[in-house]
Amino acid sequence: MERARSITKKIGNINFSLLSPNEIRKMSATKVITADTYDDDGFPIAMGLMDPRLGVIEPGLRCKTCGLRVGKDKCPGHFGHIDLAMPVIHVGLIKSIRDCLRSTCRECGKLLLTDKQREEYCDILKKYGTEHRDKTYVFKQIIKDSVKSDKCPHCGRETSKIELDKPTSLRESGKKLTPSEVREWLEKIQDENLPLLDINKRTARPEWMILTVLPVPPVTVRPSVTLQSGERSEDDLTHKLVDVIRINQRLQENRDAGAPQLIVEDLWELLQYHITTYLDNQTSGIPPARHRSGRPLKTLAQRLKGKEGRFRSNLSGKRVNFSARTVISPDPNLSINELGVPIQIAKELTIPVRVTVHNIDWCKEMIEKKATIPSDPNEYCPSANYVIREMEGMKQRIKVTERNAKDVAERLETGAIIERQLMDGDLALFNRQPSLHRMSMMAHRVRVVPHKTFRFNLSVCPPYNADFDGDEMNLHLIQGEEAKAEAEILMKVQENILSPRFGGAIIGGIHDHISGCFLLTQKDRNIPIDIAIHILSATGFKGKLPIPVIENGKSHINVKDIFSTLLPDDLSLEYKSKSCFNCETCEGVKCPHNAYVIIKNGVLKHGTIDENSIGAFKGRILDRIIRDHGMGAGREFIDNVTRMSIAAITLFGFTTSIDDEDIPDEAKKQIEEGLAKALKKIRSLVHAYENDELESLPGRSIEETLEMEIMKVTGKARDTAGEIAGRHLGLNNSAVMMAKSGARGSMLNLSQMSGCVGQQAVRGERIHRGYQYRTLPHFKKGDLGASAKGFVASCYKKGLTPTEYFFHSMGGREGLVDTAVRTSRSGYMQRRLINALEDLRVERDGTVKHSGGQIIQFMYGEDGVDPARSIGGKAIDINRIISDIKEGV
Amino acid sequence: MVKTSEKQSFDIMSHDLVPLHIIISDKEKKELFEKYNIAPENLPKIFDSDPVIKSIGAKPGQITKIVRKSHTAKEAVAYRLVIESNE
Repeated sequence: MERARSITKKIGNINFSLLSPNEIRKMSATKVITADTYDDDGFPIAMGLMDPRLGVIEPGLRCKTCGLRVGKDKCPGHFGHIDLAMPVIHVGLIKSIRDCLRSTCRECGKLLLTDKQREEYCDILKKYGTEHRDKTYVFKQIIKDSVKSDKCPHCGRETSKIELDKPTSLRESGKKLTPSEVREWLEKIQDENLPLLDINKRTARPEWMILTVLPVPPVTVRPSVTLQSGERSEDDLTHKLVDVIRINQRLQENRDAGAPQLIVEDLWELLQYHITTYLDNQTSGIPPARHRSGRPLKTLAQRLKGKEGRFRSNLSGKRVNFSARTVISPDPNLSINELGVPIQIAKELTIPVRVTVHNIDWCKEMIEKKATIPSDPNEYCPSANYVIREMEGMKQRIKVTERNAKDVAERLETGAIIERQLMDGDLALFNRQPSLHRMSMMAHRVRVVPHKTFRFNLSVCPPYNADFDGDEMNLHLIQGEEAKAEAEILMKVQENILSPRFGGAIIGGIHDHISGCFLLTQKDRNIPIDIAIHILSATGFKGKLPIPVIENGKSHINVKDIFSTLLPDDLSLEYKSKSCFNCETCEGVKCPHNAYVIIKNGVLKHGTIDENSIGAFKGRILDRIIRDHGMGAGREFIDNVTRMSIAAITLFGFTTSIDDEDIPDEAKKQIEEGLAKALKKIRSLVHAYENDELESLPGRSIEETLEMEIMKVTGKARDTAGEIAGRHLGLNNSAVMMAKSGARGSMLNLSQMSGCVGQQAVRGERIHRGYQYRTLPHFKKGDLGASAKGFVASCYKKGLTPTEYFFHSMGGREGLVDTAVRTSRSGYMQRRLINALEDLRVERDGTVKHSGGQIIQFMYGEDGVDPARSIGGKAIDINRIISDIKEGV
Repeated sequence: MVKTSEKQSFDIMSHDLVPLHIIISDKEKKELFEKYNIAPENLPKIFDSDPVIKSIGAKPGQITKIVRKSHTAKEAVAYRLVIESNE
């Protein structure tokens, strides 16, 4: 509705050019000669930097040039100018100036090319122009050719070498050129030669690259701020301009008074410095101009450049309306595509609804609801916040209040737009930074809830990479119908279950969801019917109850039948679960650990449900349901399986504590013996090394061999210790259950807690840095033993000795530094990739084209396969097809 | 060290890492433009100074068909427009 009006003008092209001194004077509202800003009474000084003719910043005041005020009429501000006493070089153009000097004659201003060469280059340029080819290479060639000649082919003057002394001074065969001399030289260059120097002769003259007049930006560009103390604080640009004017004045006075050349030159240099820093305060080779506090000034170039600059911060990135941000917290009762939005936020955010004959009654009701105040503050009653009416082309925006609600509702007519508050079922975009992949922003269905946090299902934590230690997330409301449709089809959580990274589910059961299923299905047993019904009710099960079995005179239901209620009827699978022990000969159905999963026609016949069944990345059941029954079914399955397993785990109870890592004394003894053996082995290795008896491995020095052998022994020592500990912990241990089912943690974590932490490493080697010839003063110099080089024999439960603790911290620090370095580096890499790829798209015919129509790839990914819809990166799952054919599906 | 003034001649086209380049005929050209609905400028470019282009002797304005080995599709076909190099 708004769109038609917004495109009235289109930018055809943009031309960058130079401002001539005359142009600068012409657009100037006033000459600036006083370095001061305000007088003692606080009024701006005429012909000062805050002259009212340059525009106004205080509301209410009128601009002396255009007579407009700052607020409503919008006086845009007007430029002023400073007449420079002596010309000064513009830093941004120094390279072009150098090139002009190098390729022209100082005497006659002609190009240092013979007429024949000139003619040739003109032809090439004309040809490139008609072919729309890049001419930079030709321009470089022209300069190269000109520099070669040692005599001007036109007047015979011998050429001299022009050197650039960064940042702003030029030398002609060793002798310094003043900006005035450079200007005179540039003036001599004929118009007809300009195109060969990459200068547009219609819009620019080379001598304009030397400043004789400096434009003074309007005050609106550099507003001064009044502090609470009543003191005025000026903008950095104003400070810099004060410096420029002051030095300019002194230079003028000194020169007019006939001061010695040396003093004039010094002042000239100083003026050059101030103008250079005014343009760019990060010019290499000169110290940056600083504020009184020592902070470098933010001058013109700094306003535009970099992440905080105008382009990246204000033009590419903007702040938006209809968005909210708050802390997140978990809610296992919500579906994965739902989002709990606090009432407070829901009341503030609105969605526009056009009033038509069909919905006018509903709209009126909506507005009237504003007057009714619910008795319970936790009750939410959506209403309307604004009514927008269009009368005779004028937009009228009426705020709906408790008082005027009835009135506004009565006067409501079709064609108006009401801005109604957020309601259950609205679609909204939810996002967590850093937004590294497309799953960082997904569409959720809103559910308005009490309290102050956003709430969502725990299964959607991995795609957002969110946790609840204080993370905040953003919500964006969809305002138009097209956007809504697009979000519905492309962005909903269920559409993003499959990750384009590897063609598998990225959303699935996590942590307790897996533990719960594991607890429920690990042992093939029957549970009392009342408990079974409780678990089933959690999923909202509405079918026929599984057939009960009578045990001890009471009805029981088999746990597998409970889980089977979630499976579609046509599901048949056979695979090894996560808790598989990887026995040498797999016994399949007869697996003693119940780790072989068999599902036939939607009935779980055998096996334990764990990470390999319902987890993200690996969940076989989840994967199959999504492929065969679509994303919607996948969403439903995740919802139900998580609800069921949460119900199960709360019923059965599950806890892990420090005594889960307790192992019997007998086991401790075994571990100690194992470690002692390993230490002995290391001692003998070191002994052998010291007696030169060690045989080096191929391609390694003796020292390297020793290190490798020791690393091998320490690694094995930790593994055996872990194995012993693991053997004594058993599958009834909660920590082991979590590790084996894939819910959280690994057996390595457990063995470090109750067995032995193992060798610590920095840069992949045993720890060797520290004091001279030793790591810590606790050891003898040259000690190569295990404990002197970072082997931690203790376990976390027992506690580390001081030296072990130190080594452990060294290893830990390296890990932290690595992650810090990795994130910053990968962030920059991603930025460059995005900048390179942002305007590519896959066309309907499978080609990848640039926005300009250029073909990048003739077939997306060369095979035209959407990785999100692929099966682990492959277009088809050949094994699945063969097995389906065998079974005659 | 012995310096040979003669250029070491080596057929780069026989190298394993150089994909197959073929100059396509005018008829094939027309078909190509029709198939992808594009103008010649929209094709990826290749300089006539490129060793492969020199080796097969393609001239600016001609189009080469390139058949590469591909991880995803076994064989991938691409086309490039030969253009005049700046040098």
